[in-house]
Amino acid sequence: MILDGKCPTGPIEKTWDKHRFDLKLVNPANKRKYNVIVVGTGLAGGAAAASLGELGYNVQAFCYQDSPRRAHSIAAQGGINAAKNYPNDGDSIYRLFYDTIKGGDFRAREADVWRLAQVSNNIIDQCVAQGVPFARDYAGYLDNRSFGGAQVSRTFYARGQTGQQLLLGAYSALSRQIKAGTVKMYNRREMLDLVVVDGVAKGITVRNLITGELESYAADAVCLATGGYVNVFYLSTNAMGCSVTANWKAHKKGAFFANPCYTQIHPTCIPQAGDYQSKLTLMSESLRNDGRCWVPKKKEDCGKHPNEVPEEDRDYYLERKYPSFGNLAPRDIASRAAKEQCDDGRGVGPGGRGVYLDFATSIKRVGADTIKERYGNLFEMYEKITDEDGYKRPMRMYPAPHYSMGGLWVDYNLMSNIPGLFVLGEANFSVHGANRLGASALMQGLADGYFVIPYTIGGYLATVKPTGTGTENPEFKKSADEVNEYNNKLLSINGKKTVFEFMRELGGLMWENCGMARTKESLEINLKKIPALREEFWKNVKVTGSGADLNQQLENAGRTADFLEFGELMCRDAYHRNESCGGHFRAEYQDEGEAQRDDVNYCYVGAWEYKGDKKEPELHKEPLKFDNVHLAVRSYK
Amino acid sequence: MQLTSSSIGRKILMAITGQSMVLFAVVHLLGNSSIFGWLNGGINAYAHHLHAMPAPVIIGFRLVMLVMVCVHIWFGIQLTVENRGGRPQQYAVKATQKATFASENMIWTGSLLGLFLVYHLLHFTFQVLNPETAAIKNIVPLHELMVPNVLGMVVAGFKNFFVSFIYAGAMVTLFLHLSHGIQSFFQTMGWSCDKSQPLLVKFGTLVALGLFLGYVTIPLTIFAGILKG
Amino acid sequence: MSDHHKTMTLTLIVWRQKGPKDPGKFETYTAKGITEHHSFLEMLDCVNEDLIYAGKEPIVFDHDCREGICGMCSQVINGAAHGGQDRTTVCQLHMRKFKDGDTIYIEPWRARAFPIIKDLIVDRSALDTIVQAGAYVSCHTGGVADGNAILIPKPIADESMDAAECVGCGACVAGCPNGAAMLFTGAKVSQYAVLPQGKAEAAERVKNLVDAMSSCGFGNCTNHYECQVACPKGIDVKFIARMNREFLKAQFA
Repeated sequence: MILDGKCPTGPIEKTWDKHRFDLKLVNPANKRKYNVIVVGTGLAGGAAAASLGELGYNVQAFCYQDSPRRAHSIAAQGGINAAKNYPNDGDSIYRLFYDTIKGGDFRAREADVWRLAQVSNNIIDQCVAQGVPFARDYAGYLDNRSFGGAQVSRTFYARGQTGQQLLLGAYSALSRQIKAGTVKMYNRREMLDLVVVDGVAKGITVRNLITGELESYAADAVCLATGGYVNVFYLSTNAMGCSVTANWKAHKKGAFFANPCYTQIHPTCIPQAGDYQSKLTLMSESLRNDGRCWVPKKKEDCGKHPNEVPEEDRDYYLERKYPSFGNLAPRDIASRAAKEQCDDGRGVGPGGRGVYLDFATSIKRVGADTIKERYGNLFEMYEKITDEDGYKRPMRMYPAPHYSMGGLWVDYNLMSNIPGLFVLGEANFSVHGANRLGASALMQGLADGYFVIPYTIGGYLATVKPTGTGTENPEFKKSADEVNEYNNKLLSINGKKTVFEFMRELGGLMWENCGMARTKESLEINLKKIPALREEFWKNVKVTGSGADLNQQLENAGRTADFLEFGELMCRDAYHRNESCGGHFRAEYQDEGEAQRDDVNYCYVGAWEYKGDKKEPELHKEPLKFDNVHLAVRSYK
Repeated sequence: MQLTSSSIGRKILMAITGQSMVLFAVVHLLGNSSIFGWLNGGINAYAHHLHAMPAPVIIGFRLVMLVMVCVHIWFGIQLTVENRGGRPQQYAVKATQKATFASENMIWTGSLLGLFLVYHLLHFTFQVLNPETAAIKNIVPLHELMVPNVLGMVVAGFKNFFVSFIYAGAMVTLFLHLSHGIQSFFQTMGWSCDKSQPLLVKFGTLVALGLFLGYVTIPLTIFAGILKG
Repeated sequence: MSDHHKTMTLTLIVWRQKGPKDPGKFETYTAKGITEHHSFLEMLDCVNEDLIYAGKEPIVFDHDCREGICGMCSQVINGAAHGGQDRTTVCQLHMRKFKDGDTIYIEPWRARAFPIIKDLIVDRSALDTIVQAGAYVSCHTGGVADGNAILIPKPIADESMDAAECVGCGACVAGCPNGAAMLFTGAKVSQYAVLPQGKAEAAERVKNLVDAMSSCGFGNCTNHYECQVACPKGIDVKFIARMNREFLKAQFA
């Protein structure tokens, strides 16, 4: 099937304005008759729930954490892009649009990206109005910095805690609506199924994580803002609770999963220290503004104290390979370059999996105090984890899974192929193509939540009759019964291996064979081993406790079971895409280490349809057209 | 009214009443120190001047102080009871870092001071505990006047070890109470910031120490026989 | 590099409580094979794996981002919220702060306003209630002025940011002998009170937040300043002073 993204046509600058006008409106008096479910309360979900509540819809919002303020958007450090051009350095909506399309390696829709660039400016204004304390200069103007992959300073930031501040802004707006009664918040609930009635998304089944009870909720539209899936690698920078579960359950109910193989590996994370490790910690990309990446030129220097390696024996590999972007090369490129050096036997630290990020030059240039002012909290965090002082010796860094560009397929209105099911933020696939630029995730989440869904959901709701919040339809009971049976099955296996063991094993397979670089062979290994591991899981996993209680083992078991299915789809997608683009690097398709795209055969969105257990999923394609940005080799040299 | 019902409002009332009593304690000490002779006629002259003020002023002042004390005690007990309930179960290991003996025992030092206040009023103000040496019963000449012998009463009192001991102990308690209470006043009124706060802690302790030393000198010097009647 | 092979054995005395109504008690466990690079939560992960192998219920505890920002983790270790390391959440606390053979007491946040749900997990929704009482600027989505329309000099933006760093973990409440939420509330009040955007509602906000604080069952401030010690973000008690000031001002507004 050829998918239609329903993008507006005509001059790109007018697309969003025209579309907004073309969208049907819901009469203000009728809005309160419509119910909307929002799952996930990060930037996208929190902003959406608040904005929809304010418009007058009845909103029910859900999160698995104990408070909507804790979603993992909170961990984004660096900043948020906007095309304000405050520094007068040549930025514009068009340039942000262009950079995002190019940065995504020409695998995103032009219209979606244009809209993102256009509303980026509104986001900054919105956040300022909410009381988000962005960095400012002494005269009181908003401060900007440049951020990975961009040659203009368009990134707004709040110390090293931009994500936190933006999320708290959205959370404050959400709290205001909760108080006003337009949003009913359900904390500690995990979505375990999408309820589809006559082909239309009508509600969800959630597990109350405190009591273990399964609860059904009905609405006229369901918005998933449930984040990304890179915890499929087990070790990632995502929070422990981040999972593919909500998206996967929707996928199994018919929603197409687009481009799952596009995963972003962030270049600057603290290297793994041991097998027991539960997660990886990201250090903001902004560090690369002042830090220089290097490894020793000679293998025998790798064991030495870095300060003892003389200048002429250091290989500043990013500056060498990409003279015009240097240490600010985009994430996918910087990550692969680090891996290359380590594969070459010149990595440093435990297992030789690490490169240095050195601040000595910058400290000499601007002084340690300035560096401290810029990155103090990051240096502190680094020291807490590694017990090493980044001011005195170079930090050690290694790439780590960080973000998923792929996600559920949505059209221009952010609606999936299931009518009534909308997908927002990282959970959808829409704007980042095959690679996301730094400081764009926060932008997308808030764009979707504040400025896209409030319009597009109205366009859908205006065409359907409100059906209330009653869950009498037998589909709700059926869904709850299925979830109950599924959980009971997990609890009854009582095997020998813990959930963690399976997750570690799956993560190892994914990282090894479907990580920063993939090959036909490595993917074939995974396509064989993952089903086997899944089979073992369902025979040999040990989940203690009961379903009628707070049971973190059961929660993790469910998430792991979904990852075991999803991992296979991800490998299948990577296997079918015989090209390298952005975060998807097939080692067979390269030109001297640079990704080699195949625009003739693969310039499309690959969206997979679930066909049932043990059946091969079906691939649907949405061709990508580039009328404004010409397809070109993405070079940062 | 949020001042009398809310958490911070009641704290502010505690702070204002407490601080008024601190100010009173400072003035009271200055007056008492006339016992060392800086005022012509000593403490007897000071007491005479005080009592020479119009009766409504004296009664009014005493009433105001009584209200201060009552408000301070009333809300002090109320807040403490609430706070005890704030953490119904204690931790197995106590590891407080900034809380001090003084800050944790305000209710007890306060209670002791309350008891002491009653004793002190009965002793030196209403003079019912010491009928023989009561100042009002022992009139002595002061310049051209005949005035109550406050000095004689005080000296006779502090010659007694137990009396001196009670007064000295009370002053230790006062020191503890104020070493937390004075800086607390600035914090509760919001007249403090990160730079001034450590200084205010020191200032509060210094004032408390000054009051302690000032007050305790009187019974000590008398008991030691340095100050004679 | 430090020696990866040297491991520690620790005795853990952990609060176990089946549910809100269960009286709860301490149980003793042994953590073996712990290196100095384990984070505290990874150490607990190891203990839990052993418990699961033994067919016992693992210790449940709140955690999520494990990088010190989401504010979900919440344990009192040897009497200190988050373990007592300066400006560190439990998830960022590493085992190099402990010695082989140490005995470690692990307890949940204890405060009337934070009822225990299970083991080390408490219900902190009272903090959400305080925020809902007015810790926001009542602006609408869309229709706001340009970000640079109102200038905010750096020192003021910084002051607001200092307050806004709060992660809402509730350690200030757990550390406070009175179970008060003054530091949390003070930080929220201050973040908005210093900004021009927040000034319009400042008086109403502080009154409503203070009332919400009391009705949630938090205790009152007695200026011990234990909250500042417990706070993993180093929020200063000056924000409590500011809230007090704002409160006093609001009474005459």
